[in-house]
Amino acid sequence: MKITVYGPGCNKCKQAEEVVRSTVAEAGADVEVEKVSEIREIVKAGVLTTPAVAVDGVVKLAGRVPTPDEVKAWLTG
Amino acid sequence: MTRKDAPKCECAAEPTPAAGTPDPRAARRKVLLLAAGLVLWVVVYHLLQPGTAWVACTALCGRSSNAFKESVAFFLYDVPKVLLLLTLIVFGVGVLRSFFTAERTRQVLAGKRESLGNVLAAALGIVTPFCSCSAVPLFIGFVTAGVPLGVTFSFLIAAPMINEVAVVLLFGLFGWQVAALYTGTGLVIAILAGWVIGRLHLEKWVEPWVYELTPGEAGTQTAPLTWNDRLDFGLQSVREIVGKVWPWVVVGIAVGAAIHGYVPENFMAAIMGRGAWWSVPVAVVLGIPMYSNAAGIIPVVQALLEKGAALGTVLAFMMAVIGLSLPETILLRQVLRPRLIAVFLGVVGLGIILVGYLFNALM
Repeated sequence: MKITVYGPGCNKCKQAEEVVRSTVAEAGADVEVEKVSEIREIVKAGVLTTPAVAVDGVVKLAGRVPTPDEVKAWLTG
Repeated sequence: MTRKDAPKCECAAEPTPAAGTPDPRAARRKVLLLAAGLVLWVVVYHLLQPGTAWVACTALCGRSSNAFKESVAFFLYDVPKVLLLLTLIVFGVGVLRSFFTAERTRQVLAGKRESLGNVLAAALGIVTPFCSCSAVPLFIGFVTAGVPLGVTFSFLIAAPMINEVAVVLLFGLFGWQVAALYTGTGLVIAILAGWVIGRLHLEKWVEPWVYELTPGEAGTQTAPLTWNDRLDFGLQSVREIVGKVWPWVVVGIAVGAAIHGYVPENFMAAIMGRGAWWSVPVAVVLGIPMYSNAAGIIPVVQALLEKGAALGTVLAFMMAVIGLSLPETILLRQVLRPRLIAVFLGVVGLGIILVGYLFNALM
């Protein structure tokens, strides 16, 4: 499983990355977390509002910071 | 990952709903609490004027100068009033915005004819949740999906200019007429400026790589929202927006209160009055670089209006402060050639100046 956080570098984007990383670490899940800040890559992923989070290439959330519960839900299913 | 050139994001954070399956009992409790909160809100709002007048008088009547008493009474009444209004409206707007997404707005606008598209874009700019950090991906996503350039600009102009914080402050401090005037003229500027930019056919001044990108078909799978989520959106907006702007409101009203009590009548007439023709463009030029303190600037400007500043000049200044933000412009430089940035600032600035002159002439 791979989780991608999209964000050009604003505060909310850093928060989104932190929430994802800490939740994954806490759950001890075998998940690769990747942060994409390059604007072209963000657009190519079909993201309009940042921060956005994609799980295995599917955008699950855009325009806000995920909650740890949301990240847990992606990890389990 | 940290980019030196990335300007600090000043926008309100997007709300975060609680995930998971909502417990129906907890949800019912939340609705009851919100209803109780609304009743309490109405009671406090109605008791505010007599309450603060009584406090100001018991503390100060007969003991200090009139100017000091007036300033204190002004401050004591306006701060809670504005914060109460802000809380209620930000909550309502948060719930309303949960019905809109940038993706759906793009679908509506893609391929629309220009004139109708400009009107729709300006209107959707008000309700679509959007933060200025997202200006660049949103711009690219819009134009590559077939939203005309001018229509995209109408959206980008209306979104920051007409925001709930500005409108609440205008309503609370100036009354509904000025709030409506601001909203109405702001919409007209967004529609017309976008239309003008579209007519000028400036696609050649968009960085060429933008049109070469093929944005991925958004494989978006966002969970559908329940009413419980929408109420959470509203509460979260209150926490984040009111939590961020309240110090500005307090400081702004304190300065406004001091002006109210101590600056002589007609002091501003010479500088910002109707007679000073140059004051409108100067106000706009000064207003463009100011941004983050929109919540603090409206109370100050309101006090200046009382001291003889002209309404049109004041309106133009506020629009330039709130609508044209330097951080967003710097972000857009990534996708727009400097000449297009100059046209954008020029067209919107000119529109604001015209509004200023119009109201100075009419009122």
